[in-house]
Amino acid sequence: MTDSNTDGGTTIKTDIIRLTAAAIAAKVASGELTAVEVTEAHLARIEAVDEKVHAFLHVDREGALAQARAVDARRAAGEELGPLAGVPLALKDIFTTEGVPTTVGSKILEGWIPPYDATVTKRLKDAGVVILGKTNMDEFAMGSSTENSAYGPTGNPWDLTRVPGGSGGGSSAALAAYEAPLAIGTDTGGSIRQPAALTGTVGVKPTYGGVSRYGMVAFSSSLDQGGPCARTVLDAALLHEVIAGHDPMDSTSIDAPVPSVVEAARNGSVAGMRVGVVNQFSGEGYQAGVVQRFEEAVELLTKLGATVVELDCPSFDLALSAYYLIAPSECSSNLARFDAMRYGLRVGDDGTRSAEDVTALTREAGFGDEVKRRVILGTYALSSGYYDAYYGSAQKVRTLITRDFEKAFEQVDVIVSPTTPTTAFPIGERADDPMAMYLADLCTIPTNMAGNAAMSLPCGLAPEDGLPVGLQIIAPAMKDDRLYKVGAAVEAAFVERWGHPLLEEAPSL
Amino acid sequence: MPGITREEVAHLARLARLELKAEELEHFAGQLDDIIGAVARVSEVADQDVPPTSHPLPLTNVMRADEVRPSLTPAQALSGAPAQEQQRFKVPQILGED
Repeated sequence: MTDSNTDGGTTIKTDIIRLTAAAIAAKVASGELTAVEVTEAHLARIEAVDEKVHAFLHVDREGALAQARAVDARRAAGEELGPLAGVPLALKDIFTTEGVPTTVGSKILEGWIPPYDATVTKRLKDAGVVILGKTNMDEFAMGSSTENSAYGPTGNPWDLTRVPGGSGGGSSAALAAYEAPLAIGTDTGGSIRQPAALTGTVGVKPTYGGVSRYGMVAFSSSLDQGGPCARTVLDAALLHEVIAGHDPMDSTSIDAPVPSVVEAARNGSVAGMRVGVVNQFSGEGYQAGVVQRFEEAVELLTKLGATVVELDCPSFDLALSAYYLIAPSECSSNLARFDAMRYGLRVGDDGTRSAEDVTALTREAGFGDEVKRRVILGTYALSSGYYDAYYGSAQKVRTLITRDFEKAFEQVDVIVSPTTPTTAFPIGERADDPMAMYLADLCTIPTNMAGNAAMSLPCGLAPEDGLPVGLQIIAPAMKDDRLYKVGAAVEAAFVERWGHPLLEEAPSL
Repeated sequence: MPGITREEVAHLARLARLELKAEELEHFAGQLDDIIGAVARVSEVADQDVPPTSHPLPLTNVMRADEVRPSLTPAQALSGAPAQEQQRFKVPQILGED
């Protein structure tokens, strides 16, 4: 940033990018800042740092400024603005955006411009949220590091040689690099929470069915869930209420009122709550510094008035295995739509080849390794002779996991765990070892299997590498407000202990 | 559990409409073998009398009134097509010539 100056107390532009979404919205509503000023400050930040971070695949400069001007015009006309009007946002490139490229991190959709908006996109625009652009992601949301993007990896703003997590690494990195105060992610096995943990930000996977999947490119339909990413718990809550709620365009959307998550975030407390710690979320593979910070977070919860209860959820040990059968199975079916006929890439159509051959050549050219691996794995798991042993058994595991959660939530109000077993790992370290990569989602996957709600928020830096550690909070389905109530209390206590938000300890870019 | 052979990967790739290269077949066969070996633990529950869960929500058919509404125009629907002709998606030949 070059254009900063202090002029007797007026806001300097370098400060705009450090404001929370709630603060930006208040300043836009009062006229202290215009939406255009806020948008320009973030576009300038993107221009200054995104070459290094690579959080964005597409920056929609003109579109963002037009949306910002519209917000300013509405305010000038005396209209009362919504709670996030004029706040910029980074949108994961898995949501369709009318007239703006949508690639899902894949070559097979390179240059595709959707003719319609996803429901999430539409709700953001209607709320006056300014969409800065589309963020980098693992191809079709398959991955735990954003290294599977066909357009190159994203760097973790804490250490650019390390991964920001995946698949929503671009969204979380944009927050941590102060390129946007808000972002949207999707979580199939942890793709909102895991990057949030690795970048020191907040990410929420709402209850399955809580946020519409219409216009969100499908990976594993029974697991995929869009949700908010932010730098504070309150900002995540404000965004949650903008995007959540029933959508007649999505048959899996829950037709029930959205829990009052903003109210919960404004009234953080754990006093009198029972908090569960699951035995299965520990043991081999957990980094010492992660365990240390998690244990301190549990102590903090006790100090804040919660009762900690030890729980046994034996089926969680099988969750990762079941996930890596169910998700590839559903993806092999969902990705059949990429057939080179109606949209996207087409390769080998020279007038002599059949449609079938052109489809096969196009998919070979357009899909990356991880996508091919999962399509083949899914085809195998669903094939005759193996179906019962693999896919069928995985669905039984899913029932057992759901029962474990039900039993647990009879005893406790929320469950806590580390979000990830380790901190951010170096780019390339796990690239050729799929099983090692899959372990990154060990603690997040059970929640996707059962469909309940979970949040990750920062709980400190691991002493051995100085990188962020995430605390996961899990709540029963439709009790998303509990995440925010507990999360806000933990966040406030930690910020008081540290003297500032954790992200302020990140090196400057 | 039998290992996954290169030939098996080639067969699966054909079923999945993926024209894999020779080196990919080799590479994936090794990796898929590892992955299947690791995830096969789910079969430990195979003989248990547990109903399968395919979806976290009880799914019901959602119907809407059968009425004419605005939708994408033909130009919008065709806007992403790799090839088009006379307001239709143009596709390679589907039936063989003989």
